[in-house]
Amino acid sequence: MSIPLILFHAKDRPSSDIINTCVHCGLCLPSCPTYRETGLEMSSPRGRIYLMKAVDDGKIGLESAVFQEQMSQCLNCRACEAVCPSGVQYGIIMEASRAQIEQARAANATFSPQPSALSPQPSALPARPLLQRVLRNAIFGVLFTDMRLFRAFSSSMALYQRSGVQWLARKSGVIKLLGMADIESLLPPLNGPATVPQGQIYPPEGDRRYSVALLTGCIMSTAFGHVHAATIRVLQKNGCEVLLPPDQGCCGALHTHGGDLDGGRELARRNIAAFEGLGLDAIIVNAAGCGSTMKEYDHLLHDDPEWRGRAEAFVRKVKDVHEFLAGIELNRAGLGRLDLCVTYQEPCHLVHAQRISVQPRTLLNAIPGLELREMPESSLCCGSAGVYNITQPEMAMSLAVRKLNNALSTRAQVIATANPGCAVQLVGELRRRGEDVQVRYIVELLDQSYSAGKD
Amino acid sequence: MDRTNLVEELRRIVGPRGVVDDPHALMTYDADGCVMDTGIPQVVVLPTSTAQVSGVVRLAARYGLPVVPRGAGTGLTGGATAMFGGIVISTARMDKVLEVDTRNGRVLCQPGVINFDLSQQLKPYGYQFAPDPSSQKACTVGGNIANNSGGPHCLKYGITASHVYGVELVLGDGTVLWSGDGSPAGPGYDLTGVIVGSEGTIGLVTAVWLKITRLPEAVRVVLALFPDIAGASTAVSQVIASGLLPSALEMMDRLVIKAVNDMYKLGLPDSAGAALLIEVDGVEDGLDDLLNDVTAMCWRNGAIDVRPARTLAEQNQVWAARKNAFGAMGRLSPTYYLVDTVVPRTRLPYTMEQVGRISREYDLPIANVFHAGDGNLHPIILFDRRAKGQNQRALEAATSVMHVSIEQGGVISGEHGIGVEKQEYMTLLFSTDDLAAMAGLHQSFDPQDVFNPGKIFPKGRGCGELAALRKAGVAWATLK
Repeated sequence: MSIPLILFHAKDRPSSDIINTCVHCGLCLPSCPTYRETGLEMSSPRGRIYLMKAVDDGKIGLESAVFQEQMSQCLNCRACEAVCPSGVQYGIIMEASRAQIEQARAANATFSPQPSALSPQPSALPARPLLQRVLRNAIFGVLFTDMRLFRAFSSSMALYQRSGVQWLARKSGVIKLLGMADIESLLPPLNGPATVPQGQIYPPEGDRRYSVALLTGCIMSTAFGHVHAATIRVLQKNGCEVLLPPDQGCCGALHTHGGDLDGGRELARRNIAAFEGLGLDAIIVNAAGCGSTMKEYDHLLHDDPEWRGRAEAFVRKVKDVHEFLAGIELNRAGLGRLDLCVTYQEPCHLVHAQRISVQPRTLLNAIPGLELREMPESSLCCGSAGVYNITQPEMAMSLAVRKLNNALSTRAQVIATANPGCAVQLVGELRRRGEDVQVRYIVELLDQSYSAGKD
Repeated sequence: MDRTNLVEELRRIVGPRGVVDDPHALMTYDADGCVMDTGIPQVVVLPTSTAQVSGVVRLAARYGLPVVPRGAGTGLTGGATAMFGGIVISTARMDKVLEVDTRNGRVLCQPGVINFDLSQQLKPYGYQFAPDPSSQKACTVGGNIANNSGGPHCLKYGITASHVYGVELVLGDGTVLWSGDGSPAGPGYDLTGVIVGSEGTIGLVTAVWLKITRLPEAVRVVLALFPDIAGASTAVSQVIASGLLPSALEMMDRLVIKAVNDMYKLGLPDSAGAALLIEVDGVEDGLDDLLNDVTAMCWRNGAIDVRPARTLAEQNQVWAARKNAFGAMGRLSPTYYLVDTVVPRTRLPYTMEQVGRISREYDLPIANVFHAGDGNLHPIILFDRRAKGQNQRALEAATSVMHVSIEQGGVISGEHGIGVEKQEYMTLLFSTDDLAAMAGLHQSFDPQDVFNPGKIFPKGRGCGELAALRKAGVAWATLK
C-alpha cells in the first residue's frame, strides 16, 4: 500500500498556468545565485519549477525533502524572472509554494501537548514544535503587526546585541534550537534614533512641486532611521512636501516571502488604508524589498473584492525613491562635490523584481566628483534575502564572500546599495574581513552631496 | 547491480557533494531544453577535474552503465537526456578558464565554461570567442563542441568547428587523450574534427584549446525593412553572391516582429513584413562603404526603410530582440516546434516560399527567425498541443520543411544537433553506407557504447539493421 501524497491545497495554490509557461529552455540558470554556487539542476529556477510541476501533476508530494529544501534554499531574488524570455512569474509561484508548505504544517498544529502520531490529519506535514509555534506567532503575528511593540522590542534588542547575549545565544545554538534563527538574523546592528511616523509633514525647499509620503517600515524605521532622515532631506531639496502617515506599518515582505500570505494581506490592507485619500503624487519607498512587495499588493489582494480596486490605486502611486528622483527634473544645482570612488551593489528587489537598474546609476553619476566603478556580477544576490541568513547559513556565507570579492576588486571606498538586508550583509562580511570600506545608501550619498553643496 | 555501492564509490571519487542520488532531485535531470524526450538517470555526478571524470567513466564501465554528458541542458534535441538511465556527468563545476594565451590567439578552458562568460573574460584582453548561439548566456562551450554550434556571427567567423584547436577527451574505458596539441594545424588524422559535433557519443571533453578572435575596432548595425520575406531573402542571396561579408545577416518575419516589437521597443511599422538585421564589423576605415554596398542591395530588392541602430544601447536592444525571439514565441502561441535546417543561400527565396506553402497546407502559422546569411533556417511552427490533431500536424509540417530543405540541397540540422529528436530523419539525408561509415567511426572510439547511447543514429523501423550494426560494433571496413 502506498502512502498518499500531500498535494497542493486549493487556497493560494501555485498557478498551473504560470508553472506551464516555463518551456524548460534553461536561459535562467546562470542568473540564479544558488545554481551558480552549486551547479545543481534542482537548485536552479528551472529545476524548482520542475519540482512544483511534479507536485502539481501529483508525481511527488509536499512531504518531499527535496521539494521543501529547494523552496527554502531559493533566495527569491527573482533574477531568473528578469531574464526569462517566456515571462514566467517565478516570484508568485515560489511564494505560493512556500504558503502550501506552511499551510500543511499548520494543518497539524493542534495545540494538544501530544499531536497524535497515529492519526495525523490528512494533507498535513508535521507541525513545528509547540514552543517554536508560540514564539514564531509572537514575532510574526504580533511584533511585526504592531510597530510600537516592534520599536520597543528593537531598543531592548540593542541592549541584547551590545551586552554580548547575542553572541552567547548564537554560539550556544539556543536560537537555532528554538527555530528562531531566521527571525534573529533579521536584527541589524542598531544605531541612531528610530523614525516614528506620527503624521509629520516636512515642507519642500522652495516651491512645492510634489506631495509625497514615505513608507517608514519596520527595520528601516529602527535600524536605519538615519537613512529615512537623509531621504526626507533629499526629497525636500527636490521640491517635495513629505508626509509620514501615522497608521502605516510593516510592508509584509517577510510574511509574503516566507509563505504567510494571509499575514502579508493583513499588513497590505493596513498600509493601503493609511496612505489612501491623502492626495499624494507618490508613495516613496527607500528599501528595495518593501517597494517590490508594495508594488504587488494588487496581486496579493486580487481575490478580495473589497480591497482589489483600492490595492490597484495604491500600487499606481508606489515609487522607489531612485525611480522617483530619476523621473523628475533632479535638483542638480544643489549637489556639491564628493570626491569618492563608489561601487554599486544592486539589491535584487530593485534590479530584478522592479527592473530598476539605470536610475540608481544615473543618480550616482549626477554627484560631482563621484566616480562609479562597476563591480563584476553587480546584480547577483549578496545572500542576505531577508530571513535567509541563518536558515541557509552556508549558501548565505558563500554568496556574501563572492559579493565582497567582486566589490573589493574595484578598490572602491564605498559600496552603495539601497536595501537593509544587503546593507547588513555587506557590513557583516566587511567586518569579518576587517576591511575599511563603507556601506552607504544612495540617498545618503545624495544627502551628503547636497549638504556639501550648501557651502 | 548494487546501487548503494555505486553511489559510495562515486562519492569517493568526486566527494560527497558531487553526487546526486535522491530520486526527487534526479527528476529535475530528466530532460534538457527539449521536453518531448525524457529519461531519468540513476545518478548524477559533478566532477571538477579530468582525473575525476576518468574515474567516474571507469566505474560506469565496470557497472555496465551508460554515461551521458550534460552542460547547461539548454540543447533542443534531447542530446543531454539519459534515454537509458545511467550516469549523467554534469560539467557545471568544470567552469574554469585555465589559460588566456593572446599571443597565440587561443584560450584553454574547461568544458563547463558558459559561452558568454568566456567572451566576457576575454574582453579585457580585447578578444572574444566568436561563436555566439542565441542561448549563449547559458550554454556551455562543452555543449557548443558537442553540437558544433553556430550563431549569428558565424557567417563571418565560422562555426564552432573552426574554433577548436584541440580537446582533452576521456574515452569509454577511462583513457585520457589529446586530439591535438592546441595549434591550428597538425599532421595525422583530424581527431578534433571527429569529436566536434559528435554530441557526446564518442567521449567526454574535459579541456579545450579554443581559438579567440580580436574584438572589432568598429561595429555598425542596421535593420532593413521589407514588405515581405521574399524581397529580404533575395537581398541576402545577392549579398552573399557578390562576395560581401557582413558579420551578421539575420532575418525576422512578420510574426516574429509582432512578438518582439513591443517588448524590445523596436517601433517597427505594421508595413514591415520582414526585417533584416545587418551587422558589419572590422576596422573603421571602409566600414561605411561596406554597409552602403549591402544596404544598396536591400533598396534594389524593395526595402521600404533602412534604420540604423545609432548607439551601443540601441544595438544591444536590436540584438536582444533577435536572440530572445524563440522565448518570446510564448507570447504568440502556447506551444511551438522549432525546425533547424540549412539550404544553399541561392535557394533561400524559393525555400521561404515553400515554407509559406507548408504553413497554408497544414493550416498552422509558421514564424521565421534565422541566420539568413548562413542559409540556416529556423521555421517555428506554432500550434496548441491541447487542440485535437495539431500535435500531429505540426510534426508533419516539420517533416515537410525538412524534405524541402533536402530537395534544395540542404541538411536537417544547422546547429542544434540530431540528438533524439531528429534521429529518425537521418535516413532522409544519409544512405545506409553513409550511416554505416559513421557507425564504424563511432565504434572505433567507443566499442562498448558507453557514451550517450540512443542518440544521432536512427532506431525506427527499417533502421534496425543499422542499430544492430552499431550495437554489434561491426567496423565499416569489414562491412566493405
